[in-house]
Amino acid sequence: MNEADIKDRVSAFLAANDPSDRPAFLRARYDAGLAWVAYPEGLGGLGAPRDLQQVVERELAHTPQLNTGVQGIGLGMAAPTILAFGTQEQKSRFLRPLWTGEEIWCQLFSEPGAGSDLATLGTRAVRDGDEWVVDGQKVWTSGAHHSRWGILVTRTDPDVPKHRGMTYFICDMHAPGVEVRPLRQITGEAEFNEVFLTGVRLSDDLRLGEVGEGWRVAQTTLMNERVAIGGAPVRRGGGMIGPVLDTWREHPELRTHDLHQRLLALWVETEVTRLSGARLREQLVAGQPGPEGSGMKLSFAKLNQALSGLDVELRRDLGYDDWTFRRSEDVDFYGRGAGYRYLRAKGNSIEGGTSEILRNIISERVLGLPSEPRIDKDVPWKDLPR
Amino acid sequence: MTLLYGEVEEELRAAVRGLLADRCPPASVLKRVESDPYDPDLWKTLAGEIGVAGLLIPEQYGGAGATASEAGVVLEELGRGVAPVPFLTSAVLATRALVAAEAGELLAGLAEGRTTAALAVSFAASPYAPWRGSSVSVDGGTLSGGVSGVAGADVADVLVVPVGGELYEVEGASVEVVPSLDLTRPVANVTFTGASARLLGPCDLAEVLRHGAGLLASEQLGVAEWCLETTLAYVKERHQFARPVGSFQAIKHRLADLWLDVVRAKAAARAAVADADAVTVAVAQSWNAGVAVHAAEEALQLHGGIGMTWEHPVHLYLKRAKASEMAFGTPGDHREALASLADLPGPA
Ligand SMILES: Cc1cc2nc3c(=O)[nH]c(=O)nc-3n(C[C@H](O)[C@H](O)[C@H](O)COP(=O)(O)OP(=O)(O)OC[C@H]3O[C@@H](n4cnc5c(N)ncnc54)[C@H](O)[C@@H]3O)c2cc1C
Repeated sequence: MNEADIKDRVSAFLAANDPSDRPAFLRARYDAGLAWVAYPEGLGGLGAPRDLQQVVERELAHTPQLNTGVQGIGLGMAAPTILAFGTQEQKSRFLRPLWTGEEIWCQLFSEPGAGSDLATLGTRAVRDGDEWVVDGQKVWTSGAHHSRWGILVTRTDPDVPKHRGMTYFICDMHAPGVEVRPLRQITGEAEFNEVFLTGVRLSDDLRLGEVGEGWRVAQTTLMNERVAIGGAPVRRGGGMIGPVLDTWREHPELRTHDLHQRLLALWVETEVTRLSGARLREQLVAGQPGPEGSGMKLSFAKLNQALSGLDVELRRDLGYDDWTFRRSEDVDFYGRGAGYRYLRAKGNSIEGGTSEILRNIISERVLGLPSEPRIDKDVPWKDLPR
Repeated sequence: MTLLYGEVEEELRAAVRGLLADRCPPASVLKRVESDPYDPDLWKTLAGEIGVAGLLIPEQYGGAGATASEAGVVLEELGRGVAPVPFLTSAVLATRALVAAEAGELLAGLAEGRTTAALAVSFAASPYAPWRGSSVSVDGGTLSGGVSGVAGADVADVLVVPVGGELYEVEGASVEVVPSLDLTRPVANVTFTGASARLLGPCDLAEVLRHGAGLLASEQLGVAEWCLETTLAYVKERHQFARPVGSFQAIKHRLADLWLDVVRAKAAARAAVADADAVTVAVAQSWNAGVAVHAAEEALQLHGGIGMTWEHPVHLYLKRAKASEMAFGTPGDHREALASLADLPGPA
């Protein structure tokens, strides 16, 4: 499959489908294998090389698009995990509406007592015949309020060390016993939630991977999360630096020498970060995935915070667009006012693994530095100090 | 445009790295820096046998007609070894000027590795201030004045001098090496007192310097990579408080950050050799020059007392990094240039 073949398929598809009916068009696009071309045939793809995806996106740029702000967790995290660990039935059942956005997904990982140390989580799942009964509490669950499904990690065996006793499920967010309560954020609105799970019954065919294999499955999700958060292609001057540059160019009266020096340095850092993202994607396409991936989210968080902070200062804007406590429609890092962007960017170094944890991962897995002495690895989960 | 290395580049890298490991490990570089820093035998092998001298010379003049991509890989390796050879000064800088001037005869000698050239330009000159350090003027067939801070002049067989928009070949210049911050690439003051000059052709000095600046980013990457790798090996092995010092989080996080800087320096260096427009070069220089210095400074600090000794080679890298931070424009010069290149104007 090459660029010309893909283009032929896209034009044949466009000739046969009407983009004015958005849901029908997206379903048809999935069925034509033009959703994510690297996925297997029958699951929205063509088993084609990854880099052909951008050809498809270019050719279909004028047609209905996905809402990545709402679908981010489904597309970036749930889908690759289902593809890697799901049964044939699970893949056929879940991937299509996940991609078209007819079903929204959320990530039920963090708990009040388990954040960076995710493997310490305590939400229990107990087997009952063909079903599992789930009890516990999740927190910081982005978009739970409009989700149909959640990816859920639970504790199924408290008697073995923490990394071994976990099992991964797809949680039916409409099941009895699932309660979603908004949590107000520093921006005023509630993007994330607390999710209480009380006697929630999930059938065994919602289990993803083997019993006790939850940590391994979760690693796939987390690795994809980091790429999804920091790894999207951007053009020169795109992303968080975009609005800063607009203000800078349109308002010469706001410029100062100090801001100028800092802007130039951040512009350069943005550019080298963009280039290493491009290099990373080239490596993936060439089948030589490099460890650079774990670094992208770290730079992304740092730059977003520095740039959005600079933006507020540059504008000398003492206002704020809207403090209303409401449930967010989607996740938007670059929208709204400068004050909102500044506050929202604070989450970038926390969500999807904090910057400290990412530095631990880089230093141990990429650089091969020894871990700090640990006391939690070989102790049964139930005996861990709390 | 690709930011990856191709097969040919990896082969070239392996050849250069193998030779340097064999013939000029940091310890032997250290041994000669005070007496006779340049290593002519090593250069002969590199230039002639591996053929690096003719990489950037077109085939019509007997060169390999390769691109900056290959030259960049050679520079990465030479940076990694702080190798005391005149590749950057002869095979990049002077060669670029000679190719533009279509000086075929001189290029043929360079391509074979028979001769080495130097461009009489200050290492502290930049694409934005190409005449910094130069006071040369031409009168009839002779030159007078001088250029300070010229790298590679002391080992060059051929000295070419840009004056105005032209390039001259000059004989009878005086070359006086001065004590230099960078022990492995000393600089000299070159003076002309009625030296006879032969006009070779036109010379766009800013362009030649920009080309050099873009490639220097690859050498800086090599310097930074050596510093990072050497430091990683050291902190894994050095024990204090009954643990490797590399298991302390304060050190791990510093090295993770440094690694990320180096990852981005690699992307910047490859972008600058793939597409050497003014913006890409300015980006690569303003990033990589600082990363090389930072990597060398971190390397020194994380080696503790041994890092402060003459005996340990880390100071060779620190000196190379700090001196090349000033070469072909400082990071600040390149950022300042980006103000207009990237439409980021300053206050009125
Ligand atoms: C906007 C936002 C959206 C989110 N969305 C979701 C979601 O949809 N689903 C979900 O499951 N989770 C979500 N999270 C949760 C997020 O993954 C956690 O907040 C994060 O993993 C950190 O956990 P914690 O909050 O418990 O902090 P803690 O783990 O308690 O960390 C507190 C501080 O200690 C540091 N720290 C912890 N351990 C170490 C260590 N070993 N070394 C050095 N420093 C350390 C941390 O870096 C941090 O600075 C979201 C968070 C945010 C901010």
